[in-house]
Amino acid sequence: MTALILIIIPCIGALMAALWPSDKTRPWLLPIFSLVHTSVCFWFLTRPPMFEPRDWIAFDPLARAVLPGISLLFLGIACYAVSYLRLAPRKNRIFVTILLLVLGLISAGHQARHLGILWVATETATLACVPLVHFWGTSRTLEATWKYLLIGGTGVALSLLGSICLGYASLYGGGSGDISFLALLENSHHLSKTWILAAWILLLVGYGTKMGLAPMHTWKPDTYGESPGLVGALLAGAVSSVAFVALLRIKAIIDAAGQSSLTSSTLMGFGLFSIIVGALFLLRTRNYKRMLAYSSIEHMGILSLAAAFGVPGVTAALFHVWSNGLTKGALFLSTANIHRALGSASLDKVRGTFMVLPKSSALLMAGMFAITACPPFAPFFSELKIILAGISTGQGLAVALMLFGLFLSFLGMSRIVFSLVHGRPILKQRPLNHNIPQFKETLGVILPSLALLLASLGLGLFTPDILQNAWALAAQQLFTQP
Amino acid sequence: MNDIFHLLIGLVVGLNLLALGTGRLPVLIQAVAGQGVLLGLLPLILKYPHWDWQITLLTLATIAGKGFFIPFLLNRAMRTANISREMEPFIGYIPSLLLGATATIMAVVVTRHLPLLPEHAGSFHVPAAIALILTGFILLIGRVKAISQVCGYLILENGIYLFGLLLLHSTPMLVEFAILLDIIVSVFVIGIIVNRIQRAFDSLDTRKLTTLHE
Repeated sequence: MTALILIIIPCIGALMAALWPSDKTRPWLLPIFSLVHTSVCFWFLTRPPMFEPRDWIAFDPLARAVLPGISLLFLGIACYAVSYLRLAPRKNRIFVTILLLVLGLISAGHQARHLGILWVATETATLACVPLVHFWGTSRTLEATWKYLLIGGTGVALSLLGSICLGYASLYGGGSGDISFLALLENSHHLSKTWILAAWILLLVGYGTKMGLAPMHTWKPDTYGESPGLVGALLAGAVSSVAFVALLRIKAIIDAAGQSSLTSSTLMGFGLFSIIVGALFLLRTRNYKRMLAYSSIEHMGILSLAAAFGVPGVTAALFHVWSNGLTKGALFLSTANIHRALGSASLDKVRGTFMVLPKSSALLMAGMFAITACPPFAPFFSELKIILAGISTGQGLAVALMLFGLFLSFLGMSRIVFSLVHGRPILKQRPLNHNIPQFKETLGVILPSLALLLASLGLGLFTPDILQNAWALAAQQLFTQP
Repeated sequence: MNDIFHLLIGLVVGLNLLALGTGRLPVLIQAVAGQGVLLGLLPLILKYPHWDWQITLLTLATIAGKGFFIPFLLNRAMRTANISREMEPFIGYIPSLLLGATATIMAVVVTRHLPLLPEHAGSFHVPAAIALILTGFILLIGRVKAISQVCGYLILENGIYLFGLLLLHSTPMLVEFAILLDIIVSVFVIGIIVNRIQRAFDSLDTRKLTTLHE
């Protein structure tokens, strides 16, 4: 029952936000409720609550290994949202309500131990993000929203089909057709092979679409490019991790049914393809918001690849969920500042930002080095662990390809960030609109990004033992069950 | 009861072909609505004669949601958008009809090779579900108007729903309700976005959504 607290807290917040009368003070609900959520998460991290294995929703080891990091990222986003919304002369009732609701749904998705509940949480989170993506209401955001809805919706529909196939695999094998993860695991030896294969492909494609693995990634650049920066951070760091955790839980069942070589090879294939696709597009794009989308595709590929490297790989992948989430958060928030101040995301229109927005530009540079795995930030250490796990399981070729992809993406990202930051500023100010306050680099828009970056740095330098244990425990529990 | 079951399934597949062959948007929406009502009745027949309040509620909710509420939303979107009711397909009607027929036959052939429980093996349940899913994809790919794509998405969902009825005896009703609710909400959200597309582009032709690319 304790697990429900993490879902109920944000939902109460969402309800309050919906009823709150003032647009000016409403955004403050975000940091308040998300601080409570983060505190409870870390409390649960240090003192794991007991749970019944039969529960449909529980703070189990896997949720414990991921959810606190996601909650921390959300706290950063929530703090940023306060100053972001102050500068946006729009009604924010729906935006704030939905942000809190999404936090509740993400918590539900990470803790779901029943395929049906997991699907409902993922689908609802996908739908809830629609008004967030569409916040600015221009025709460009509309196009992005439509692609997000149609591709995301079809992806989620396929994962529902996959869930039903998994249920039928159990039914055909003489089981009850119960699609809770525990029942499927207990019944794993009797699952019908044909249906298992169908289920894995459908679920991998379905949740892979949500994660943004290539070639199901096409919605990602458009959506991240057009939605507000903090929504991008939420989608890239938090919503995608729900899908990754879902795939890990499903992989555990399929592996237990004796198909581990299939799951590993498909995850590796999709992972490597995503890394290469992400890296190649990074070399080509001239839009610094779409750059973050391609980088996210690449990192989802790294996660998927790491999941194929056995228990040490999954341990490292859980580490990478944290380091990618926190670092991406910092990057998205600092680019959001640049975009808000200068009004365009294209390198053809914006340049020399260091002269105009020194703090955000410095954060963007540091974040770029962090995400391309420069020490001593966390992504360096998590990717190092993934590489070691890959070598120890004898997948040298895959590791070599991954390193090649990382190298290309470093070239691509540094090219974009340097040409954005340096040079002579193109100061085509937006037409003066007295409703829109002039953008200034206040503490409110700098600190959240800085804090996330420092968290990433701290996580890399002094990875706390408790987290390392949580990751290792989650990976072991997942793949050593009957 | 088995005869009625097969009659309903047959009608569902028939509506499928109607949806593929029609050139008029209102007919397409009616076809999807009809499918929703027929599919809503299936749980009652599958559970006959062990009816309880949950199954009745699920039936009523499905019929109300898929048969009336969603078509109402789509009709309203169509009227307020004031678009021409002809559909200008990307894949023509006759080719899509032929594709749909081929998909239905393929579904029957594929099902023969699937491991099915004896009670499902002889019936037209699984082939119909696969046919619906494939039809949904044909409409999603082959139509350009936003509303007809939504109809394709709904037929896809209908197919998944029909497939999910295989697990009717084992999935808890709570989950079924949540899934149904989600689908209704998703169409609701899609409806709003369709309206906005109409206002922003003065058309529901999704081919106009091409600003964002590399």
